[in-house]
Amino acid sequence: MNLIVIAVITLGAIGALSAVVLYFAAKKFAVFEDLRIAQIEEVLPAANCGGCGNPGCHAFAEACVKAEDFSKMYCPVGGAAVMSKVAAILGKEAKETVPMIAVVRCNGTCAHRPRTNIYDGATSCAVASALYGGDTDCSYGCLGCGDCVVACKFDAIHMNAETRLPEVVEETCTACGACVKACPKSIIELRKKGPKSRRIFVSCVNKDKGALSRKACEVSCIACGKCEKVCEFDAITIENNLAYIDYNKCRLCRKCVEVCPTGAIQELNFPSKKVENN
Amino acid sequence: MLKTFRIGGIHPPENKLSAGKKIEQLALPDQVVIPLSQHLGAPTQAVVAKGDKVKVGTLIAKAGGFVSANVHASVSGTVAKIDTVVDASGYRKPALFIDVEGDEWEPSIDLSEELSAHIDSISAEDILRKISENGIVGMGGATFPTHVKLTPPSGMKAEILIVNGVECEPYLTADHALMLEKGKEILIGVRLLMKSIQVNKAIIAIENNKKDAIANLELLAREYEGIEVCPLQMKYPQGGEKQLIDAVISRQVPSGALPIATGAVVQNVATAFAVYEAVMKNKPLIERVVTVTGKCLTHPSNFKVRIGTSISLLIEAAGGLPEDTGKVIGGGPMMGKALVSTSVPITKGSSGVLLISRKESQRKESTSCIRCAKCTSVCSMGLEPFLLGTLAERGMFEEMEKELVMNCIECGSCNFTCPAHRPLLDYIRLGKSKVGAIIRNRKK
Repeated sequence: MNLIVIAVITLGAIGALSAVVLYFAAKKFAVFEDLRIAQIEEVLPAANCGGCGNPGCHAFAEACVKAEDFSKMYCPVGGAAVMSKVAAILGKEAKETVPMIAVVRCNGTCAHRPRTNIYDGATSCAVASALYGGDTDCSYGCLGCGDCVVACKFDAIHMNAETRLPEVVEETCTACGACVKACPKSIIELRKKGPKSRRIFVSCVNKDKGALSRKACEVSCIACGKCEKVCEFDAITIENNLAYIDYNKCRLCRKCVEVCPTGAIQELNFPSKKVENN
Repeated sequence: MLKTFRIGGIHPPENKLSAGKKIEQLALPDQVVIPLSQHLGAPTQAVVAKGDKVKVGTLIAKAGGFVSANVHASVSGTVAKIDTVVDASGYRKPALFIDVEGDEWEPSIDLSEELSAHIDSISAEDILRKISENGIVGMGGATFPTHVKLTPPSGMKAEILIVNGVECEPYLTADHALMLEKGKEILIGVRLLMKSIQVNKAIIAIENNKKDAIANLELLAREYEGIEVCPLQMKYPQGGEKQLIDAVISRQVPSGALPIATGAVVQNVATAFAVYEAVMKNKPLIERVVTVTGKCLTHPSNFKVRIGTSISLLIEAAGGLPEDTGKVIGGGPMMGKALVSTSVPITKGSSGVLLISRKESQRKESTSCIRCAKCTSVCSMGLEPFLLGTLAERGMFEEMEKELVMNCIECGSCNFTCPAHRPLLDYIRLGKSKVGAIIRNRKK
């Protein structure tokens, strides 16, 4: 009986003492954190993708609170909706932003671009491109090992087994830019999503002279300059044997698509043109 | 007990199929394609234009800096165009196309077969100037300009010349054939190299599988003071500069330092031969000995080939491309690289062309690392390839730098020994290129 009493008293005393120590320790070492950080983190997508340039969502929330110029802060995953919530918490105005999307600028499918050798090294575009120009005669195009697919945290880019090219899923792509960084050939670009997701872009990055690039791939840009001439909005420039469409100037008139002799300029999500009956 | 290097190393099957074959002169091609950059360092500037007539030995591209090497026409004829060609690197590079007409040499080149042995009247500066003018580069494969290697950085002094006749790479026999047939010339080349760096001791290191070459050079070296032949135990990668210095003089090159830090300058036997021709005969580096080999090939041979000749012609001369060929490799099986086509031209650094059958060329399926540490025990630079491979796979390049990835000599021993068939070297090469870029950015 005596033993039990002693045990209860001893443990009780230790408990009480620890409680007092912990109470004062908690007061003394309390870390003040801006409550808004937790609030902002709550509305962020919690993807920790790093698309905003910060190491994760918590770091982005901190950066938002500290930011002097809030207009530079942008969460590509959450987009305008999330940013307006964040702005509301901070009592600031959210900047209007244009939705962006990843675009794969290579159309060198197996049918368009014949394989001239077989790559049997490690399945990684980075390794393959450190080794050589790739398994076709085009040393600029997609290597097809899927580094972009591995890099995507949103399951928004997939390899098409038939074409051996990556395809972006419109609904899930957040334009975080992870695939852009992962691609050693710099094929993927973030472009303006466009009204009704309509976009026009040059689906080629080959900088070889026209004859060479045409030989390697049927749908390559040969830098003939027809698109540059036909464009009324000055949106197309040709540099290093390659045409580029400025998405801020492009008005989606589709004239360049019509004149492109190789079909290197692609249009996406446009209604199909009426077939003229003669 | 014969000498060898102390850390790591492997014993791949030798497969020296063309050993003992005489050097054959390959017939002149109809056209040569001479890449403008055939060395490590700054690219060259073409000094001829389309339509120009050139002779054998005419300067066609000038060195673009100190660490660079002149390029000369290897045939006589007309410059057809300056365009690009896919070279052994697998990328399109600028190159000069020359249509062959006859075989007319520059008159300044001494074409006689007679041995020129009077080197006393030539000064060290003259030797260096001729080496540099004639575009001599290291012919073991790294193609580093020779005159740069013979000019030690200020404050450093060479004590000894080591001549690399190791040829530890399986299949290749080009250096072996040269040591058997051109022993006298090589020794004069060695004397010239010794004079240029002002040392009075040279050691010619040869692996013990080339007993005839050792005997031949030992006999010839008796005539010269200070030249010694050192037979070495067989072990790959003994031909690596750092490994060879360790094997021959038991000194190790500190991490990040140049080999000259040990007092040794290493030159390949083929380079020594090229130096002889450049200095004594005034002949630029326009041809070299190339081994064409492979188990499925009917006539594995050693050919003397003009620079710029298409590899397909060499294969043709060695019996034709076997139907079963899986890969054509530029160089040997360990350090060589699969070529994207057989129209790749021979360059100053091409030591061999290896044909591998479809079955043999297939990579085995890679499985998980089992931490057996075999790669670590064979790494001749004392690195941990399994760790480097994993770091590269995960993109942890800063950590790779701390693990001294830049010390890797890319000998491929780790790949060779890995029981899980992991593509270690592929990833390490990627890591090296990324870390190299990080270091360059930091210097800016």
